[in-house]
Amino acid sequence: MEVDLSQFFQSFFEESLEGLDIMEDELLKLEGNDVDNETINTIFRAAHSIKGGAGTFGFRTIADFTHVMETLLDQVREGAMELTEEMVDAFLRSVDCIRNMISFEQEMSSQGISPEHESYNNKFASDPGVIALKNELSALLKGENTGTGGNESKGEVSEASADVSSTSEAPDETEDDSKEPAWKVTFKPDADILKTGNDPIRMFRALSEMTSCTVKLLPSEDPDFQDYDVKQCLLSWELLVGSGVDEVDIRGVFDWVIDECDLDITKIEPKAAPSGKATSAPVGDAVPADQSVPAQSAQNVPKVSAPVEKKANAKAARGGGPEGSIRVGIDKIDSLVNLVGELVITQSMLSEIGRDFDEQKLEQLKKGLSQLEHNTRDLQESVMRIRMLPIRSTFTRFKRMVRDISSQLGKQVNLEILGESTELDKTVLERIGDPLVHLVRNSMDHGLETPDERVAAGKSQEGLLRLNAYHKSGNIIIEISDDGRGIGVDKLKKKAIDRGLIAADAAITDQEVHELIFHPGFSTAEKVTDLSGRGVGMDVVRRNIIELNGSIEVESEQGVGTRFIIRLPLTLAILDGQLVRLGKSMYIVPLVNIIESIPIKNTQLSRVVGGHDVVNIRNEYIPVIRLHRLFNVEAEKSLLEDGLMVIVESDGRVVGLMVDELLSQQQVVIKSMETNYHKVEGVAGATILGDGKVSLILEISDLVRIAGMKNYFENGKVKSDKEEAA
Amino acid sequence: MPKILSADDSTSIRQMVEFTLKGAGYEVAQAVDGAEALEMAKNGAYDLVLSDVNMPKMDGIALTKELRSLEAYAHIPILLLTTESQADMKKKGKEAGATGWIVKPFNPVQLISTIKGILN
Repeated sequence: MEVDLSQFFQSFFEESLEGLDIMEDELLKLEGNDVDNETINTIFRAAHSIKGGAGTFGFRTIADFTHVMETLLDQVREGAMELTEEMVDAFLRSVDCIRNMISFEQEMSSQGISPEHESYNNKFASDPGVIALKNELSALLKGENTGTGGNESKGEVSEASADVSSTSEAPDETEDDSKEPAWKVTFKPDADILKTGNDPIRMFRALSEMTSCTVKLLPSEDPDFQDYDVKQCLLSWELLVGSGVDEVDIRGVFDWVIDECDLDITKIEPKAAPSGKATSAPVGDAVPADQSVPAQSAQNVPKVSAPVEKKANAKAARGGGPEGSIRVGIDKIDSLVNLVGELVITQSMLSEIGRDFDEQKLEQLKKGLSQLEHNTRDLQESVMRIRMLPIRSTFTRFKRMVRDISSQLGKQVNLEILGESTELDKTVLERIGDPLVHLVRNSMDHGLETPDERVAAGKSQEGLLRLNAYHKSGNIIIEISDDGRGIGVDKLKKKAIDRGLIAADAAITDQEVHELIFHPGFSTAEKVTDLSGRGVGMDVVRRNIIELNGSIEVESEQGVGTRFIIRLPLTLAILDGQLVRLGKSMYIVPLVNIIESIPIKNTQLSRVVGGHDVVNIRNEYIPVIRLHRLFNVEAEKSLLEDGLMVIVESDGRVVGLMVDELLSQQQVVIKSMETNYHKVEGVAGATILGDGKVSLILEISDLVRIAGMKNYFENGKVKSDKEEAA
Repeated sequence: MPKILSADDSTSIRQMVEFTLKGAGYEVAQAVDGAEALEMAKNGAYDLVLSDVNMPKMDGIALTKELRSLEAYAHIPILLLTTESQADMKKKGKEAGATGWIVKPFNPVQLISTIKGILN
């Protein structure tokens, strides 16, 4: 019986990554603390599970590597060795290393290349960094273990690391004798074979009951679609049959169809067998089944495959690709089932009312409909909840980051994490990681001072960095705050003036100065570190957050600290929108973009270079976009002074959209344009309104660009009429 | 149809074991740790218990001991999954009353042939 193990890979990857997170978390707990047995046990168990799974599913390199780590952990667990700081450090780096290996396997498996595949080549088997780390672990195991009792794993480990650097001429990746193919069988049945009641799969099954059997479908020439006959078998196969059978046995399987097929059976000459092969009787005396492991990973060394490498590296960062599964608690599923049940009841009640409808049933109908509305809303919420995951995993990885960076910068940082069970949409969660990383780095680099500076400022040596997540009025708020030096308003202002972003005599508030850090290409770091200060940063952070329909603000007080406040929608699938009318068409403006809506007065209007209309609102000049011109639709009001202006903000740019009428505010379900039609500039998506009409959701950042506003903004502040005239 | 109780804290191994055993015609019940397995064993009747050694809450050795103390499981085959790095585990397993062990990493073919060998 041959089981396709690749169907379990995804589970393995997921649980291993989870295991690595746990390991990392627990390892960080160990630092500076007394070694707690349960912590070590948890770390050991995670390593052990990864190793076991990796071995079982054929990921030799991971199994090998984790084995060394596990052995060392076992020594610590058993009390044979004392846990040292070097060990914790090496373990943490090992966690990173295994994580990269898993990303690589994920990438390979997404391309359909399993470890048994001929083009499989694990670059990590020969990676100098991996070998060095493995040797480091082995050294830790050896170096500090002399004297403490005999332990057989010591020798094994060094043997493993030695073997990796050696090469073998047999480029074969089989794991034990029963899998070593002894026969190659090509089987091409006649097209009519199915009509005689013969099923090739049954034959393969029969073969695999005798010995191991790997079935590979050979490429076939498919007929044109109209010539397809489903009753014909146009496939052919190649089978790699294990030892323990002879040609007669194999022929016997195909006996019935021997005249209706092309059958070719060739013997595969056994390759130079690696020494120490395990022929283990599974029960009874255990012969280590992966004694041959080191030799096999070595066999993978000579082959080099460059193309996948790059991709894997890009992905190695963590998180994997966009695909993937989601773990859902049973309670969430149960509540769904429950709600669907209620929906069914409501539906049957309504159809009962509808059967012989008369006026007397009107009350009942109303009641039924309101029940339906209730059910629908509950159901919607429950379905959305399935996509919600706690932010814990994202927050937790900052522990490690903060630890590494603070030692690098020579700062003492106490990371405080609050609200880690706050749930976010899975997509939001995946995409908020990078902006958060940036903000945390920013706080550590620019915000928090060195211990000396802190003491001089009358603060404690240890800086505080706080991550907090919570719900607030239908949004998720994430705060990153520190008790550092705060934003230097004067310095920032000077820089902005130097760069011509603001006028030298501009009267702007501190808050407005703070906002400048989100301006593209703005960085005040005096010294460019590898962490921040390259000028790519806050503007990208803001853009990423806006892409998630969110917003970011900063509050800061000099000498006291800085706080970034990120506001995110609960989900990406539903948007709070303002319905606006333009002639006969309805559009939706995302509520998050809207600042205010006001009627335009003649006195506020003026015109600037390039033919743009601007409107002066509280001494600020705001460009006007005439939506009806942009979309080429007929509006009721074509004169600016008759119209209504919705003032929106995107990417720090404020514009006014001219519309005929404001309608209701409502939640709309976003339907993708790309999936149903194609990307349309200026349109973020579409939705279906209550009356069944389709309405487009406006993409404000696109509108600003289309309307030619971009240049206009980048040239600085809008000039007033007087300046224009001069 | 023989019923097998399998305990492992790894989802992927559980999936693999279940798929393999069901494919071979066995009925399979799964537990995520020793404690759950013990609970399930008490509330059901199984013809064979297959357990990982390293599990949270209750490990395979403790599970074996607990099961052996129950009358219903005094003579039911109990197989442990061990890795070769846990040589002493085998001894502990034997003392606890395990019938045998399957060495990790194992493959589906080994698993089936071992279990068939015991149940037949």
